Amino acid sequence: MNEQEIKNIVFQLLKQIAPDTEPETLQPDENIRATLDIDSFDTLQFLVSLNEKMKIEIPEEDYGKITTLKTLVDYILEKIK
Amino acid sequence: MIEIEVFDEGVIGELLIKEGTKVPVGTVMAMIKTDGEVAETKKETTPEKIMPKTQPKEEKIIKKPVEEKFEERHIKASPLAKKIAAQNNIDLSQIQGTGENGAITKEDVDNAIVQKEKITKPQEKTPVQLEAIRLAVAAAVSKSNKEIPHYYLEKKIDMTKALAWLREANSKRPIQKRLLPAALIIKATAKSLTDFPNLNAIWDNGLQLKEEINIGFVVSLRGGGVIVPAIRNASLKSVDEIMEALNDIIPRARAMKLRSSDLTDTTISITSLGEGGADIVFGVIYPPQVAIVGFGGSSQQAFVENGMLGIRPIFTATLAGDHRATDGLTGSDFLSSLNNNLQNPDLL
Repeated sequence: MNEQEIKNIVFQLLKQIAPDTEPETLQPDENIRATLDIDSFDTLQFLVSLNEKMKIEIPEEDYGKITTLKTLVDYILEKIK
Repeated sequence: MIEIEVFDEGVIGELLIKEGTKVPVGTVMAMIKTDGEVAETKKETTPEKIMPKTQPKEEKIIKKPVEEKFEERHIKASPLAKKIAAQNNIDLSQIQGTGENGAITKEDVDNAIVQKEKITKPQEKTPVQLEAIRLAVAAAVSKSNKEIPHYYLEKKIDMTKALAWLREANSKRPIQKRLLPAALIIKATAKSLTDFPNLNAIWDNGLQLKEEINIGFVVSLRGGGVIVPAIRNASLKSVDEIMEALNDIIPRARAMKLRSSDLTDTTISITSLGEGGADIVFGVIYPPQVAIVGFGGSSQQAFVENGMLGIRPIFTATLAGDHRATDGLTGSDFLSSLNNNLQNPDLL
């Protein structure tokens, strides 16, 4: 799975959580939660769906490492290696 | 707005009460004509067109002048359930009905839709839905502001121990079972309320205490407005069970899929701003309740304890109380109890 495919999945899952947003317009270094106005509950739901879709474990202490689109995609790429 | 289900095919022949009228439970609201009766009187319109969309809150039952009969396709479902299923491409044959004699109810279809939406794209809320919610919120807070003499109290709560407890608990769990601080503060609030029954009450020609602690949790909707579904018997639930309740009601609230039973009989409300944002929230009491507990966003703050200055994660908890029902001392003692509970998360 390449970077663009991961981004597409991320966009799709974010869109499910926040249907009225446009995740595709996220800039690589923008904070996902702040930009899309997602609260802690929706963030957890997003991470659960990411876990189920990508089959990756995301421990709570890693939440701080995946705040932007770039860091999230890099994190997933590393996890699925 | 409450939809009422019937399990017979037919159309409403006559409305016996005016739309918007409040009537006691059990009142006959309308007469339903069966297919045969409709054929005799010529079909003038569809059930959807004449089914009143707004029902008085107290109504529960439509009495039917005809015996029940079975569907040709042997799928017993209310017309409303069928209509909603058709609109959402839900196959009724795949649903196990929980209604009378196994009939499929609107609730069954709603659950099927929720399940389906977990794997498909959820629907966006329409401007009409959002406007209706805005108007409902406007009506409730206007009534509150007009009728309830609020008093306000606040207390800073050091969340170091509570958040450490959560981190430890979450480190052992799969992500699906992880807890959010909201679950802990709801549990702590419910536990304190058992010692302050005057805050778990309604004001209706005087103070009426409520035995069950049904916490209305304020859910903000994307696009504006709030909705307040109930977490029932919160004092009897574990933190995990409260988290499960949040996992159930928040997505349904945001998808506008709550049932009328999700919104009734709340005895107190909690509003929580979550991370970031404002530090303090002073809530508006949701009538006829007599209190609302608020939690501002957590932030790192200088905090003095035992003469030592430290940097701690702080939540500011607030109480807005109805001064007709309680006084500031009760509210103050309640916030102290809440603080004490959050300093001892192992005991929750």
